[in-house]
Amino acid sequence: MARFPKPPEGSWTEHYPELGTAPVSYEDSISPEIYELERQAIFKRAWLNVGRTEQLPRKGSYFTKEMKAANTSIIVVRTTAGAIKAFHNVCRHRGNKLVWNDMPAEETKGVCRQFTCKYHAWRYDLDGNLTFVQQQDEFFDLDKDRYGLVEVNCEVWEGFIFVNFAKEPAQSLRDFLGPMVTGLEGYPFDKMTSRWVYRSEVNANWKLYLDAFQEFYHAPVLHANQSPTAYSKAAAQAGFEAPHYRLDGPHRLVSTSGVRAWEMADEMRKPIEDICQSGLFGPWDKPDLGPMPEGLNPAKCEPWGLDSFQLFPNFTILVWGQGWYLTYHYWPTSHNTHIFEGTLYFPQPRTPRERIAQELAAQSFKEYGLQDANTLEATQSMVESRVLDEFVLCDQEVLIRHLHKETAAWIARYRASADQRTVGV
Amino acid sequence: MLPTEFADLEPFADWCLGSEADRYAKRLGSTMVAMQAFYDAITPRAEEAIAYCDKFPLDDLPEDVLNLMHLIYSMIIVSFPVECWKQPRVPDSGATSLDCVVEPVP
Repeated sequence: MARFPKPPEGSWTEHYPELGTAPVSYEDSISPEIYELERQAIFKRAWLNVGRTEQLPRKGSYFTKEMKAANTSIIVVRTTAGAIKAFHNVCRHRGNKLVWNDMPAEETKGVCRQFTCKYHAWRYDLDGNLTFVQQQDEFFDLDKDRYGLVEVNCEVWEGFIFVNFAKEPAQSLRDFLGPMVTGLEGYPFDKMTSRWVYRSEVNANWKLYLDAFQEFYHAPVLHANQSPTAYSKAAAQAGFEAPHYRLDGPHRLVSTSGVRAWEMADEMRKPIEDICQSGLFGPWDKPDLGPMPEGLNPAKCEPWGLDSFQLFPNFTILVWGQGWYLTYHYWPTSHNTHIFEGTLYFPQPRTPRERIAQELAAQSFKEYGLQDANTLEATQSMVESRVLDEFVLCDQEVLIRHLHKETAAWIARYRASADQRTVGV
Repeated sequence: MLPTEFADLEPFADWCLGSEADRYAKRLGSTMVAMQAFYDAITPRAEEAIAYCDKFPLDDLPEDVLNLMHLIYSMIIVSFPVECWKQPRVPDSGATSLDCVVEPVP
């Protein structure tokens, strides 16, 4: 007997009939050729989140971002006028990487008044204009106005900085995000300044980790030993059901119901949770964040657990009912490797006690995340064996179906337009 | 290292570590016997320790109180092996790491 009503079609999957219910292939997660197509069709065309405006607190604040899937490195900077701009991280003179420290392939950040190339000291202002050329007279009719930094399309939504490597993006950022994601507008993202960043180099295709975090069917099993026996037994017996799934264009949402750990019997909790008054779901003492945006908690659960918004292609915003949020980024580095970044955002703690409650939530995230990551290399290697070529998915895994279908659709559109261009020539 | 009220926890002062990376590395390099001893010593004192820290503003903690905060963070990090894993590492995580590269101070 379902705990939460399903759509009239009988299942979430059939509610979106274009998904079908047949077994699916993960060829897109093991093929170097498909990965090369993803780089062109997706990572050079979709809006990609590269961080938040709080990371650029003042004029001249900058960070670099290695974008291997798009075959570039970028500088993201707050300009003198206070705007956020992005540039390819390359000097116009001889192609040296403009901003880096010690290790050319590592990301860096800081504050500066201008960017100076390490090689011949060409200088660029924060708007990317070339302002100084060493021994300019030695060049031949050099017009500095023509040699500014190469700008990357950059737009900001709710403090999230996005870039787009298309010459002309097919959609504005807000149109790309669509009504489901923009339903988050008004959430106090800018108030959440207590921040943890976790990073991992994962030996699996980027979509396999996305898949791991876009279904919770695994939770009562994979994470069973993370809770006292009384709790994990009850959880396994109940299984997992989401009260709500939603698809909107290339993006996905899963919502979950919550628990009031502090109202449960003592044997359902770990001692450390009682000590810190906190746990995976966050501090028990929920901060007052004011009214929540309409787009959250679509099934109106009480208690509500979380809403996980998966923004195509590789960015997740996960808002917890307990008054904090986290983001995931999955940055492909090859067809079977990627860099995972998990960033946790809490309100600024007012007291040591509040800070300690956040510490347990952050540490719990890491312990769960390590369990989630464990299976990835094991899955990647056996999918690569090609012993099996298709896999079944249940209704609680509906979002996995959508991600792989959407990936294929972007590649198909790219191929169609590339064919058109070829015919045109 | 610690406020005098918590002198009984001085034998575990090597857990007063200011970064998650250091605390996690110490956990992976410790035996379960050592971590159980630390856990058994600090958990009965935890509420007192948190209440003690709470008497000071978070952005201006005296050094000994800051050490106590770090000791509490270490209590949290050893609670997982002691309460869940029965080993220092998350089971089956041999091929996996998840490095904390940014964290709030303190």
